[in-house]
Amino acid sequence: MTTTQPVHRQLGMTDEEYQSVVDILEREPRPAELAMYSVMWSEHCSYKSSRKHLGRFPTDGPWVVVGPGENAGVVDIGDGWLAALRIESHNHPSFVEPYQGAATGVGGILRDVFTMGARPIALWDQIRFGPLNEPKNRYLFKGVVSGIAGYGNAVGVPTVGGEMEFDACYTGNPLVNVMCLGLLRRDQLVLGTAGTPGTVAVLLGKATGRDGIGGASVLASASFDDTSGEKRPSVQVGDPFEEKKLIEACLELYERGLVVGVQDLGAAGLSCATSEPAGRAGVGIDVDLDAVHTREAGMTAPELLMSESQERMMAFVEPGDVEAVLAVAAKWEIDSAVIGEVKAGNTLSVRHSGELVAEIPAASLADDAPLYDRPMARPGWLDDVRARSDEVPIDDVAETLLALLADPAIGSSAWVHTQYDHMLFLNTVVGPGSDGTLLRVKGTDKALAVSTDGNGRLCYLDPHNGSARLVFEAALNVAVTGARPMAVVDNLNFGNPEKPEVMWQFRESVEGMSEACEALGIPVVGGNVSFYNETDGVDIHPTPVVGLLGLADPMPIDPPRLRNARPGMEIWEVGPKATGNLAGSALQRLFDELGGVPTAPDAEMAKRVVDMAVHLAHQAPVLHDVSDGGVAVTLAEICIASGVGATVEAEHPFSEDPHRFLMVVSPGTIELDTSLARRIGETGGDRVVINGVGVDVAKCADAWGNAIVRALAG
Amino acid sequence: MRVAVVVFPGVNCEHDVVQAVEALGGDAQLVWHRETDLGEFDGVILPGGFAHGDALRTGAIARFSPAMREVERMASAGAPVLGICNGWQMLCESGLIPGAHIANRDLSFICRFEEVEVVDTDSVLTRAAHPGQRLRVPLNSYEGSWVDPSGAGRVVLRYVDDPNGSQDRAAAVCNVSGNVVGVMPHPERATDELLGSTDGQVLLEGFLHSLVPA
Repeated sequence: MTTTQPVHRQLGMTDEEYQSVVDILEREPRPAELAMYSVMWSEHCSYKSSRKHLGRFPTDGPWVVVGPGENAGVVDIGDGWLAALRIESHNHPSFVEPYQGAATGVGGILRDVFTMGARPIALWDQIRFGPLNEPKNRYLFKGVVSGIAGYGNAVGVPTVGGEMEFDACYTGNPLVNVMCLGLLRRDQLVLGTAGTPGTVAVLLGKATGRDGIGGASVLASASFDDTSGEKRPSVQVGDPFEEKKLIEACLELYERGLVVGVQDLGAAGLSCATSEPAGRAGVGIDVDLDAVHTREAGMTAPELLMSESQERMMAFVEPGDVEAVLAVAAKWEIDSAVIGEVKAGNTLSVRHSGELVAEIPAASLADDAPLYDRPMARPGWLDDVRARSDEVPIDDVAETLLALLADPAIGSSAWVHTQYDHMLFLNTVVGPGSDGTLLRVKGTDKALAVSTDGNGRLCYLDPHNGSARLVFEAALNVAVTGARPMAVVDNLNFGNPEKPEVMWQFRESVEGMSEACEALGIPVVGGNVSFYNETDGVDIHPTPVVGLLGLADPMPIDPPRLRNARPGMEIWEVGPKATGNLAGSALQRLFDELGGVPTAPDAEMAKRVVDMAVHLAHQAPVLHDVSDGGVAVTLAEICIASGVGATVEAEHPFSEDPHRFLMVVSPGTIELDTSLARRIGETGGDRVVINGVGVDVAKCADAWGNAIVRALAG
Repeated sequence: MRVAVVVFPGVNCEHDVVQAVEALGGDAQLVWHRETDLGEFDGVILPGGFAHGDALRTGAIARFSPAMREVERMASAGAPVLGICNGWQMLCESGLIPGAHIANRDLSFICRFEEVEVVDTDSVLTRAAHPGQRLRVPLNSYEGSWVDPSGAGRVVLRYVDDPNGSQDRAAAVCNVSGNVVGVMPHPERATDELLGSTDGQVLLEGFLHSLVPA
């Protein structure tokens, strides 16, 4: 930043956007007003480049209680229970300061979920870095994992799954997406509304400081270069202890029916937490900044309005309940302050030190945000990369398998997930390291399953079909635990939207995901867009991430697990036959190749295979989705987990063609539709033998089990 | 027979402990840490978590909570007192169990099943188990390594491997009379086959069988 720039440009606003503010107010904005518009109209808060396309997502379903637009999506799972879910990115903060960036990402997504009235019950982390042979990437990876562990464990919400990917495109721009799932009773749902005139705004939680000022605009909505380290003061600092107390205090408020509405303070801080609830309720609000409890003296009005200090919540309370709300806060040892009152009309007016510092239409911050129809163009390079051969020379199936198992994106995630508390609340029936996580819902015979999936390489070669395949893969991942797909949240990580090629990728990706969701009959109930994932002008691969929730009703009595294979069982491959396609595969990555046209998804087939998996999950001891590394890696993972060998004949064992899973089952116990399933071998011995070439299970286990540890050794 | 499960700000295993105790037919009730009278309870469990965000040292602030005066009173009266994970750290800070906890040897948080061996059955935690019995119970801690220069702590559970550098591979330690026990792995997390193990039941059963009317 240079001081010669006009203030609005320093705040990340274009000249045209500034002029819109002048038009709305019919005057020049005051400094505090400009601050509010700059953060609320940032890409991060306003979705100004993406909004036009996000309308494409199917969002309806009979079980949808709250769709996109609120803090989290909410679906009805029956028996009086609702599930709240949301996913968010903290990509740029995690590059600037990996521990705090990741930690506050966890804190933020938790608030999105408990704002709805839900107790957060589980987290998933979707993390992507450059190759671990570079020291900087190892530093970022370790820092992010420590940050997620440090915050998630201490705040008391288990991290029960996720996914890792390592690719050079993330070297300057790691991706850190975190998904959260919460549970609430049907009558406890709370929305982000300011209520009616007379309602009192109570700010709960940590004192407001100068941390994270402009996080949404300066950090999250701009690209990176070699001065990015200077943006470190824009990263917030997390305090999981404060958040834990805030969760418990809020849940007590909800249980006792003491709030009309609640809004968390995340991106854009107080600006967002006052204007959005007022805008949604169609009311105005008077805010007194002098009443805000602060961590440091002398904060200016713009600083107070823009601060992204963590662990804060805004509660809208009937005047008669204020005393009770303050008492609950005192009991849980969190600070609280009455900072405003809801008024008739639509004006957000803010006072500070006795002066009126802002007086603007409350809804204009959200509703009048710029809407860009950015130009789109199919990338010129796409035909070249798709014309490349997807063939990879395989000299030795055994050596290739071992090399794949040693890939840190494929190998055991234990180095990561044993640093996370993944057992708290006694719900984790099928935990991390499996296709989908299965969490029982206590007091019912149901369970919730979640899978989070991304694949930047596939989406680079084909953003449309690649994104559709993510949805189908996530659906199959929950299906093999016995759950039917129910709803999706998405985190759309893309490059610079001002480039037509990036906008084209984005539009294609949204279209592909939408088609897949429609085919499965499931809605998108929320999401997040992260643009400007570029460093020095180079964009990341388009990397949409899907978080898919499924419902197992009932939960299988003995759900399939990778460790359940025993000698003498049959191995079946279910789904279409492999075509041998390797475009975008893990095998290509091994050879540092990326090219070809990935196999297109088949929606009808996807549905059939998902249905079969849900059905078989109640009978089969082992079901495992075929993905990275094809049938070879899928089989090896079963053998490693079960400590048993296997012998199979598999055409194209490394191909990652979609809609397939392996089933291991005792002979004669399950009848399969042989038009869609093939018996490919049997378990036994202590070697994994594929097409006559064998390797010791122990050797596989060593390569797979130590993949991350060895990669981190450099 | 009632068990108090004391809730400090920042602990998080309180509901799991209540669920596990109730599943075994026990009667457990959550009690806020500012409570000054636990007279209606026959035993107490300090659950795991991060009381006061582990500020200063684990358990260092929690030991000053009013409820801890009652825990001390019950401990000296011979009532069963069990500290799990962070709860054990509080018992050490209170001086009810010798020693203290430091960071795991490898300086990383450990959440996974570990095998422990029963080495002493003369405690409220291990009385229902038999010597040499091996149990699979999940660890979930960063400051899990127990050190006791005094040598006064009596080890009742020992890790089969050495996951965290704990002195004498101690996974659970009791006071002289065996009515106060600290345990690092979480017995409440090993009470359901669906979740991987029921080996924690024998430990919690021992504790519940130790309860006598106050």
